[in-house]
Amino acid sequence: MATIRLDNVKKSFGKTQVIHGVSIDIADGEFIVIVGPSGCGKSTLLRMVAGLETITDGTVEIDGARVNDDEPMDRDIAMVFQNYALYPHMSVFGNMAYGLKIARTPKAEIKARVQAAAKTLQLEAYLDRKPRELSGGQRQRVAMGRAIVRKPKAFLFDEPLSNLDAKLRVQMRLEIHALQRELGITALYVTHDQIEAMTMADRMIVMRDGVAEQIGAPLEVYENPDNRFVAEFIGSPATNFLAPALVPEAPAGTAWIGIRPEHVKLAEAEGASLTGKVLHIEALGAETLVHVVLADGTHATVRQEGHLPKPAEGARVGLAWHLAEVMFFDTQERRLR
Amino acid sequence: MSGMVEKRGAAHWFTHLGMILGVVIIGFPIWLAFVASTVSQPEIVQPPMPVWPGDQLVENYAKALLSGVNVPVARMLFNSGVMALGIALGKISISLLSAFAIVYFRFPGRLVFFWLIFITLMLPVEVRIVPTYEVAARLGLLNSYPGLILPLIASATATFLFRQFFMTVPDELAEAARVDGARPMRFFIDILMPMSRTNMAALFVILFIYGWNQYLWPLLITTDPEMNTIVMGIRQMFPSGDDIADWPVIMATAILAMLPPVIVVITMQKLFIRGLVESEK
Repeated sequence: MATIRLDNVKKSFGKTQVIHGVSIDIADGEFIVIVGPSGCGKSTLLRMVAGLETITDGTVEIDGARVNDDEPMDRDIAMVFQNYALYPHMSVFGNMAYGLKIARTPKAEIKARVQAAAKTLQLEAYLDRKPRELSGGQRQRVAMGRAIVRKPKAFLFDEPLSNLDAKLRVQMRLEIHALQRELGITALYVTHDQIEAMTMADRMIVMRDGVAEQIGAPLEVYENPDNRFVAEFIGSPATNFLAPALVPEAPAGTAWIGIRPEHVKLAEAEGASLTGKVLHIEALGAETLVHVVLADGTHATVRQEGHLPKPAEGARVGLAWHLAEVMFFDTQERRLR
Repeated sequence: MSGMVEKRGAAHWFTHLGMILGVVIIGFPIWLAFVASTVSQPEIVQPPMPVWPGDQLVENYAKALLSGVNVPVARMLFNSGVMALGIALGKISISLLSAFAIVYFRFPGRLVFFWLIFITLMLPVEVRIVPTYEVAARLGLLNSYPGLILPLIASATATFLFRQFFMTVPDELAEAARVDGARPMRFFIDILMPMSRTNMAALFVILFIYGWNQYLWPLLITTDPEMNTIVMGIRQMFPSGDDIADWPVIMATAILAMLPPVIVVITMQKLFIRGLVESEK
């Protein structure tokens, strides 16, 4: 259990700078999700906290102590890898116990701690098996178990769910979150999946090209994005971006207006300020996504409740919204408030 | 339908017949050697040569093992065993370590070292035998086990093999071990070595036989019969000039010389195949 502080952390590979100065203060027990498209540097940032990558500039502090030059083992962190990285020749017990064995923990204590972790993760029946005899979800649990038996100061997760099927992913997402809550251990979690980010994070860091575009609680980021990238990346389907001329009230300097699909309503084409043609409809049951192409060729998505009447494909529809829900962005893609 | 089965049966028999024939052809000289090791000297030299075992088995083998011609065969077997084991184990440990260094550490001249090792692949013992002898002699290694083993111990092939294998081990595994607190040698011993055991078993078989069958090098480096290895020792048993060759004892020695490699192949094959079946994939 610990606080983690990143202060203007930068990373360069040769002459290419990949992390352009990220700062965040993480409170004890907080669950932080780093989210961004692939190649944005989120894994590199995590690996710098872990000690697997050197830190080019800036400082990483764990519990107030600078750890820039410490080996991973001296930082007292535990990491869960994307491919689990289980030792293939060791049993589940051996995998979980390995870190403790190296730390020269007494045998009886190792056994007790592994048993306890196995119980939490429902792995008791599998302790003697080899990783290859386990399913993907079980391997994932073993990787978790290896992290929790160490009682580390922080958990670092590097896209731990990306190799699981959709259903298992939802389940493990809940389990990891519940476990972190129960143990109260600070966690840093890297993912490209915004749903994981939204559901698990206390706060999230939205990254693009090595820059932390926005840091904040998920709903705060969702409802109040700082720039066009965040508005587009967080939320599915993505925010609609339309020409500023459509909203006469737009402040000066507006280059785009953004409006989330759920804030757009279908209206009668007659008398509507904006009309378009329905391209296609995705009826998902609880909700319906209506894809509309506007007169100027822009595509827009409308998300409406499943029980509302669905327009026919090819029909002309009007679009309406509340001004309060429209976001304005300037030419630098920054939010105008 | 029945015709098909019959046809398949005939082909089956034919294939088996061919294979049995092959085994007989390959096995016949060994059978003759065995027969020759069980009869008495006069029975061998008088034509036609016997093809069924005689009654001298125990006597001939006891004579070979305990007294031999120049030196007891038991002694030569021991020497060969030390040499073959030394070469096999030495080669495996050295190449494991050098492959570990080349794959997991970034040190200056890493590629240069790799290519240096690789180039030695092209230089078999026979090519470098004179300078190697010179070095070994100056180091006082004549007539010694280190002299038999050390000059043959470096192996580019094995280093290359382990390098290729280590490169298939995911980086995340090394990182996980690092996070778990394993320093490099610990990772090497606890993770890499157990994962390489199939490779090590396969290499051990090949290298043991390579070491066991060495002829030229032991012939040069040993002058004392006490240090003879069995493969070269058999040659030393042949008489020079008009002396009578003790064929039954020589043949018994040849059979004895064949046994250890056969035992190694049979025992290690099981391990090797088990390793393959239990592959990590």
